[in-house]
Amino acid sequence: MHELSIVASILDTVTESLAAYKSARVVEVRLRVGALAGVVVDSLEFCWGIATEGTALEGARLAVTTLPVVMRCEKCGRDVELEGVQSFRCPNCGEPCGELRQGRELEIDSIEIEDGEEAG
Amino acid sequence: MTTRIVELRRGILKKNDELAAGLRASYAAAGLLVLNLVSSPGTGKTALLERTLRELRARGARAAALVGDLETDNDARRLASSGAPVRQINTHGICHLDAEMIGRHLDGWNLGDLDYLFIENVGNLVCPSSYDLGEKIRVVLLSVTEGEDKPLKYPTMFNSADAAVITKMDIAGPCGFDRELALRNINEIRPGIRIFETSAKTGAGMEEWLAYLVEERKVRGH
Repeated sequence: MHELSIVASILDTVTESLAAYKSARVVEVRLRVGALAGVVVDSLEFCWGIATEGTALEGARLAVTTLPVVMRCEKCGRDVELEGVQSFRCPNCGEPCGELRQGRELEIDSIEIEDGEEAG
Repeated sequence: MTTRIVELRRGILKKNDELAAGLRASYAAAGLLVLNLVSSPGTGKTALLERTLRELRARGARAAALVGDLETDNDARRLASSGAPVRQINTHGICHLDAEMIGRHLDGWNLGDLDYLFIENVGNLVCPSSYDLGEKIRVVLLSVTEGEDKPLKYPTMFNSADAAVITKMDIAGPCGFDRELALRNINEIRPGIRIFETSAKTGAGMEEWLAYLVEERKVRGH
């Protein structure tokens, strides 16, 4: 259960970024989370509600886009999307996949703010 | 009322990743091979490490360990009996080690005096997978008592590992351990990963494991 620490990092980053905008209210925080990021989205959302209470981010929505695993298949010569995380073989040819191209992301993509003016 | 989108595009664990990158650079500059050992509680990380430290030291190699637990310094005391420098990291409730804790506990050690550093993570197959500690090799351990489907249940951790060690092979028989199935499952999640089958108690498989460490240090330590 490290989702609370992750939420704390999100709060830090968003709060830092807000310093550049006068009197902005955050409407939504958008995340990109890979299927192999090791984070449970339900748990993130649960922690989000608790951690934002009484802060400038209270009431802000958390929008999570989950990204499937994409790996390089050398045999097929292209990147392939895996259906899940129970097998790391190419869904087309069945060969073990090579390099991981997508799936470990744990990022804040953007924030939606209201009434914010860029400072100075 | 106007709203706008501000692009941030920032890694949530960026601070940890930056600290880990700094650690990785200092390990490389010192010619030190660093391994991060991860598993469930009770798999035998400490037992494997105890024997590994002893045998490496017997061969003249300089090995040290950092060991993470929520509470107690029992493991550090156990490992220190090998004669190797060992430090305990107590996380007081935190379920994983992070790069900041590693950096802080390396303070005062001259990395150039070491050949190997083993980091024994907190026993947990979930959270430690997200935290880079600057290691070159992440080793995931699986014991014969745990069930052959562990890799399928915890794919995030097994997929992020560079090597796997099956521990407690001396009791594989009585446990009804299906070796073929375990190997197949590990390979399904991390195809082609190097797998060692060991018993820290009898020493079975230790030669191959130690040879791997020596080889990896030659290839990757510098």
